[in-house]
Amino acid sequence: MSSDNILELHGLKKHFKVNGAFGRGKTVVKAVDGIDLVVGRGETVGLVGESGCGKTTVGRTVMKIYEPTEGKIIFDGVDITDLKRRDMKAYRSKMQMIFQDPFSSLNPRHTVGTIIEAAYIIHKTEPVGGRSKAIQELLERVGLNPEHVNRFPHEFSGGQRQRIGIARALALTPKLIVADEPVSALDVSIQAQVVNLLDDLQKELGLSYLFVAHDLSVVQHISDRVVVMYLGKIMEIATTTELFANPRHPYTKALLSAVPIPDPIIERQRERIILTGDLPSPANPPAGCVFSTRCWKVQDRCVSEAPIPVQISPNHTLACHFPEPAGQA
Amino acid sequence: MSKFLEVKNLSVSFPTEDGLVKASNDVSYSVDRGETLAIVGESGSGKSVSNLAIMGLHNAAIAQISGSAWLNLPDGPVDVISAPAEQVRRLRGKVMSMIFQDPMSSLHPYYSVGNQIAEAWSLYNDGSKRDGMARAAEMLDLVGIPSAKDRVKDFPHQFSGGMRQRVMIAMALVNNPSLLIADEPTTALDVTVQSQILKLIQEIQKEFNMAVILITHDLGVVAEVADRVCVMYGGKIVENAGIDEIFYKSQHPYTIGLLDSIPRVDKLGSHRLKAIPGQPPSLIGLPTGCAFAPRCEFVSEVAGSQCTTQDPELAEKTSDHFARCFLQPEQISTLTGRKASAK
Repeated sequence: MSSDNILELHGLKKHFKVNGAFGRGKTVVKAVDGIDLVVGRGETVGLVGESGCGKTTVGRTVMKIYEPTEGKIIFDGVDITDLKRRDMKAYRSKMQMIFQDPFSSLNPRHTVGTIIEAAYIIHKTEPVGGRSKAIQELLERVGLNPEHVNRFPHEFSGGQRQRIGIARALALTPKLIVADEPVSALDVSIQAQVVNLLDDLQKELGLSYLFVAHDLSVVQHISDRVVVMYLGKIMEIATTTELFANPRHPYTKALLSAVPIPDPIIERQRERIILTGDLPSPANPPAGCVFSTRCWKVQDRCVSEAPIPVQISPNHTLACHFPEPAGQA
Repeated sequence: MSKFLEVKNLSVSFPTEDGLVKASNDVSYSVDRGETLAIVGESGSGKSVSNLAIMGLHNAAIAQISGSAWLNLPDGPVDVISAPAEQVRRLRGKVMSMIFQDPMSSLHPYYSVGNQIAEAWSLYNDGSKRDGMARAAEMLDLVGIPSAKDRVKDFPHQFSGGMRQRVMIAMALVNNPSLLIADEPTTALDVTVQSQILKLIQEIQKEFNMAVILITHDLGVVAEVADRVCVMYGGKIVENAGIDEIFYKSQHPYTIGLLDSIPRVDKLGSHRLKAIPGQPPSLIGLPTGCAFAPRCEFVSEVAGSQCTTQDPELAEKTSDHFARCFLQPEQISTLTGRKASAK
């Protein structure tokens, strides 16, 4: 167990039991089905995939909002998988979450000051210099006017509310921040502001991020390494440069080619891989490779045997029987 | 030469307790058959409002609408803004159709999709229920829903998000409209499904020679499908030009800032994003002067404090390229370090 990593996930699974209509036909939704993942100290790991691929569940299971079904979660060298609620508290202050929707994640009846102070009350901590000073410093740090401490969330715009959410996450000086789609609800011109803020905070405070998002352009920009998920499984992990320049998994390749580029000349020359069909239901995943139903190079082996993630180079892991040739963007 | 749809000086305002919201302010644009016009803007920029007015979907008792929107139909032009509601109703779904962002809330959950498509068809066609269902199956097949004949009887919840959007498109197109207004048609969808839907819209546009208005905030989508672009800010069009002009010879600081602020998958490296400071304006009681002035990095380049006292006109900067800014093309290219427009 290396202490270079702030977070390690070993064979993490999270299955949800779902009742059919009128209590009949119980099924199991395998939202996360055996993933291995590490986040190094000071590193940003981007977790991407389409809706329903389990990326949000990974984030929430790491925070132990969901109890993992199987596997291990190692945070800062300590196995927190089976910790009870009360024992988790000490670790919760070291790992914080930023949510997607800045409207529903802040209590509308509490002032900004109360929202941030809650962190200190719950964890019974007294920051150096007192709470009100700490709160004002936090607001300033995230680019808000410290005088607005007595305002309510509805008095702020979407981007500013997301800044309040970030200030709250920073209150207890965490080591790891799980950011679940932190900019996707924001307007284009505001997204860049928040992305830059997250960048700056990481540099100043040495934070590690698990950055969950579906927008590959944003993930590409902010991440050091990128994990591509599909239907509860990891398809490909690589450093950002490697993954975007040299995607080896057919799914990654299709995903990248589907992202529109704001450049008409490039768009006209681009050849798209258009996947047919939709994501299969995670309650009933295909046998063999989960991507086999939409893959354009599927063969018999893919349907019968699920590929196991293999490290193909020091910074590239891949789960595919028939990967794309190397050195081709 | 007049285009199929010509919108002239269209304004839509809503009185509220806090004051008059000028959601769409003196907006003009046009689109011809076979052409795709993209209307780009952030939330609250007024990009949907003028199109809802064209479709006649505003509450006439609340919205204050002025200006005109001419549809050049074979039997003479019609101004859908001043035409009686009954006449607009007969054009809606037949000559002009609209698809929305969220296909789930636009479909009726209690009726089968075939039923809903057949209803749209039967409004303008004589025929039995059976003919309608057959036509619905044809349309579902056209939009690429597998085993369409069986699926006409399915209900909206039995379809995925992308498939539901295909159903919406099938319904919008069942009477072969000449104008399709697509309001953020792919925003709720995953990228792989988004590219399927955009391709479908393009194919159908070609097949039926439709005029398409695409309302979106995603400049990537614009680059993929548009022929012409209107950029909106604070309820007004700030730039209106052909696609390449907008992306490579942009004449408005807002468009330039927007293009600079978005990360791109094809540009590696963790350079710092160039964000536009501040926030989009509220549409209530807009200050005098240019709505973008408080966020504009070039304000000081304009003589006097013209930007904050006077709203620039939407002027033709270069051939067929309109922008609402006091800066001239030469100044813009010096400031942004770009090559001067060749035209």
